[in-house]
Amino acid sequence: MTVLMLLAILAPAVAGAVVAAFGWRRVTAVGSVLASAVILGCAIAIATQVRAGPVFAAHDLLRADALSATMLLVIGTVGSLACWASIGYLDTELAEGHTTANGARLYGVLVSAFLSAMTLAVQANNLGVLWVAIEATTIATAFLVGHRRSRAALEATWKYVIICSTGIAIAFLGTVLLYYAGRHAGGGDTSLNLEVLAAHASRLDPAVTRLAAGLLLLGYGAKAGLAPFHTWLADAHSQAPAPVSALMSGVLLAVAFSAILRVKSVIDVALGTGFMRAGLLISGLLTIAIATGLLVAQRDLKRMLAYSSMENMGLIAIAAAAGTTLAITALLLHVVAHGIAKTVLFITAGQLQAAHQSTTISDITAVLARSRLLATASSVGMIALLALPPFALFASEVSMARGLTDSHLAWALAPALLVTLIAFVALLRSASAILLGDPAVGASPIAVSVTVSTALVIGMGATLALGVTAGPLTNLFHTAAALLGGRP
Amino acid sequence: MTYANTLDLATGAFLLTGVLIIWRRELTSLVMLLGWQGAALAAIPITEGIRQEDIALIGVGVGVAALKAVVLPMLLTRAIGSAAVDRRESTPLLSTTASLLTAGALVMIAFAVSRPVTELASTPATRAVPAAIAVVLLGMFVMVSRRLAVSQAVGFLMLDNGIAATAFLTTAGVPLVVELGASLDLMFAVLILGVLTGRLRREFGDTDLDQLRELRDR
Repeated sequence: MTVLMLLAILAPAVAGAVVAAFGWRRVTAVGSVLASAVILGCAIAIATQVRAGPVFAAHDLLRADALSATMLLVIGTVGSLACWASIGYLDTELAEGHTTANGARLYGVLVSAFLSAMTLAVQANNLGVLWVAIEATTIATAFLVGHRRSRAALEATWKYVIICSTGIAIAFLGTVLLYYAGRHAGGGDTSLNLEVLAAHASRLDPAVTRLAAGLLLLGYGAKAGLAPFHTWLADAHSQAPAPVSALMSGVLLAVAFSAILRVKSVIDVALGTGFMRAGLLISGLLTIAIATGLLVAQRDLKRMLAYSSMENMGLIAIAAAAGTTLAITALLLHVVAHGIAKTVLFITAGQLQAAHQSTTISDITAVLARSRLLATASSVGMIALLALPPFALFASEVSMARGLTDSHLAWALAPALLVTLIAFVALLRSASAILLGDPAVGASPIAVSVTVSTALVIGMGATLALGVTAGPLTNLFHTAAALLGGRP
Repeated sequence: MTYANTLDLATGAFLLTGVLIIWRRELTSLVMLLGWQGAALAAIPITEGIRQEDIALIGVGVGVAALKAVVLPMLLTRAIGSAAVDRRESTPLLSTTASLLTAGALVMIAFAVSRPVTELASTPATRAVPAAIAVVLLGMFVMVSRRLAVSQAVGFLMLDNGIAATAFLTTAGVPLVVELGASLDLMFAVLILGVLTGRLRREFGDTDLDQLRELRDR
């Protein structure tokens, strides 16, 4: 088990080192795809072995449980797709002179470091290690956001680093205070370990714990795209290279949110469920409202996708506030399904951006007539994102709603549903503007490279499959929900 | 000098440098004050370490001194560079008087919010926590009220110093592996901010962050 856990962290690190040594070539690029596939393999292997409960490794700094397996699954899947699509993406960027061989090498190294940091974050048992890993994702992605070196990319990078680092610093203050409370509750030097905190949770000083919980929610919320520190999100996601946007939107936000879930299971025992529930509800509803407000009349394709991710993170926060087994199971399904659908959409957006030299929605039109593949990918991704049946997001949103009703939070459903409906209309309108319409005079068909098209096809296949059945994932999600203190 | 006196002196100097940063506008003096603040911060674990006869803690203190009093200020000095532009905040958003008044208010807020921490265990160290929290708030205030890239980085590092001081005062520091990881992250973050400052100067001619307004929603 220890081997699997370390392998998931080290595989991308090794792939990154190889790219650093030999540059971004076919072989090394395929190596980075293989490393992501290894993460996926480790996730499956770990998932089969954690039914009985968490397993600890590396002096209890790491843990493997149903939540870590679920998150590794998302990292592995989206990582494989994004790395595979990166090959075609970088070929285009190199051919058009948007980047150099050194730029491509840096890209390969940083993406690998990014994946490695995320696998460490989701497997951390020590809250300090969790924090270090999440801050490391900010560092690894900073120059990925600024990869294009334009003024806009520079602006996005500066805001991203400053806002996320500050948010994460606030989470560190929360971690320190929780450590202080844990030591005074008898946890000793290991008071940052989740299982130690959980064992002493009922004796944590309520006043200090409340302060810590608030800071942790605010801090990790910043990185998860939750209001009020969400302002970096659309800038960074729209400026980053498309495969990186997919990783940030589809995985990174969820990884940061899993930190909140970890903390919540401790805080709920210490303070009762009311405190985190109130915080998550306020933050979640506010996030949905802001995201929808910015979705309406959004003119940029990638910003639109970014705000849609924000909206989904808001929904996930509300489901976490409900806290029933059903709601947590739905939340995890939502994370997986949203991650894959968003990957398909961002990779498609990257192709459209390359073909039009623009991400403005009004510049992109009549895709249906010009690329069967991109049109299908846009449609499948968009319908999945709109949470229409048969896709998994439909099932997860219905279950979230039931979870809210079960927790006597039905009042929160009304505003959530209303804004979700507005977002639905806004997304539908933009999607049809892109797909339909008459092709401009002289508009040529859009060529898509082999790697990008296979990534899109596999991503669409996964989205559809997940809609038909979650299969063995359902059991994994249930184990995770029980672990996170889901109530019946 | 007794243990309690030394600790009070260190945290007092720590808070004072924070307030002086609010007062000054020359970038070089901001960075110098930040270095002194790092030295005051390092004195906290060293004092604790001598009292508890804990060699490891003294070692951590020496490491903190090296990183926060020497390495990070050097990196920032390099980011200021030798360019003639942007050596001081010439058009701040708030006047010096208003800034200092705000700083006073923030220090009072710090005392209010850190009450639970002091009440859980009242020792000379935890009684000094309000000073550390005050520096956290002052750092945030510097970040929102200054316009130049380097000033914002200084604010961020003040915030970080305040959190580190809170950790040393409440729990004699986080476990070593976390301390190392956090320091490494911080150093990388400052390196990145330094590189970005250079790129800002090349792209825009100066580092006034008010120019970063290209990315909007309408």
